[in-house]
Amino acid sequence: MMRLPPKTLVPALALSALASAALAHGYQAGNLGIQHPWSRETAPGQAVGGGFMTITNKSQSDDRLVSGTSPVAAEVQLHTMTMDGGVMRMRQVEGGIAVPARGTLELKPGSYHIMFMGLKRQLRQGERFPVTLRFQRAGRVTVQFAVQPVTSTGPIENGHAGH
Amino acid sequence: MQDTEQKEPRSGFARLRTALWLVLGVATMVSLAVIYDRGHPAGDPANDYAHTFGGPFTLTAPDGSLVTEKTLAGKPYAIFFGFTRCPDVCPTSLARMARLRKQLGADGMKFNIVFVSVDPGHDKPADLGNYVALFGTPILGLTGTDAQLEQIKKGYGVYSAKVPQPGGDYTIDHTAAIYLMTARGEFSGTIDHQESDATALAKLKRLIA
Repeated sequence: MMRLPPKTLVPALALSALASAALAHGYQAGNLGIQHPWSRETAPGQAVGGGFMTITNKSQSDDRLVSGTSPVAAEVQLHTMTMDGGVMRMRQVEGGIAVPARGTLELKPGSYHIMFMGLKRQLRQGERFPVTLRFQRAGRVTVQFAVQPVTSTGPIENGHAGH
Repeated sequence: MQDTEQKEPRSGFARLRTALWLVLGVATMVSLAVIYDRGHPAGDPANDYAHTFGGPFTLTAPDGSLVTEKTLAGKPYAIFFGFTRCPDVCPTSLARMARLRKQLGADGMKFNIVFVSVDPGHDKPADLGNYVALFGTPILGLTGTDAQLEQIKKGYGVYSAKVPQPGGDYTIDHTAAIYLMTARGEFSGTIDHQESDATALAKLKRLIA
């Protein structure tokens, strides 16, 4: 058992409550935990969709999200997005995205994200679709992306939006 | 005015100096007023900026009909620029406008939401219609030819540029601001993506008041 100083107890309890909600849809790959992969629904004929998730690394060594594949898309790309003087710039990330040792990588709106390029079909609200992620150390892991309303800004579990 | 003869020349200079200061003061006030006006184009009819911003445009709606600034006149509107492949600023802005409209209740329909795709290469008018329909509130999706888009981008001071991607595809860098326009087509303000919903809501209330 871990001994926690009293001050950290309340946030720890709050965190564990959050964690248990997130674990409703989480995956393990070695020392990596992947929480609630989600995607926005797409319009008929829309060729591109975005994907988001949180990856935690419990190990002492850095890992790296290198690539991905999915049956729903011709290509899975890693992108970043920045706001530069009011101008939105999206760029494909070369060489993957670091998942720092004992740290967290968040793929979220306004930041790093996955782009599903050349969607083979419409992504419909409420469904899940598989994506195989490849990490430098942890290797391959297949996770299910939950398709959420286009208006989502963060993952939803049991109908409640989380941020 | 009690000038002696001896002081007459100096006094004349003093008067001239006073007059010059007055002129300078008035000029300063006028230029400050102009600067203030430019910085605060709040729909004042005497305001040049509000009039020149935006201006004429012709774009195509999802049903194929042409939409110009005259089509939009008569109702305030919030207009912004993007593309359907945009990862999050565009859906986030669209979702936000839909949410703010809901928060305005019955007043929510007192303004139009206009989304202009600056990616005519990927976004055909009908595709754009399908995309904006996802947001659950009436949104007018417009696009046009490169020349038509150049015209409206210039009018609204919007930057957008194609950026080649590995593999031959491209993405688009673009201005993310939301422009608020009055029923007369005059610039009223902007909503920035970093502003709180409360601030944005206050601006919309002012727009439709």
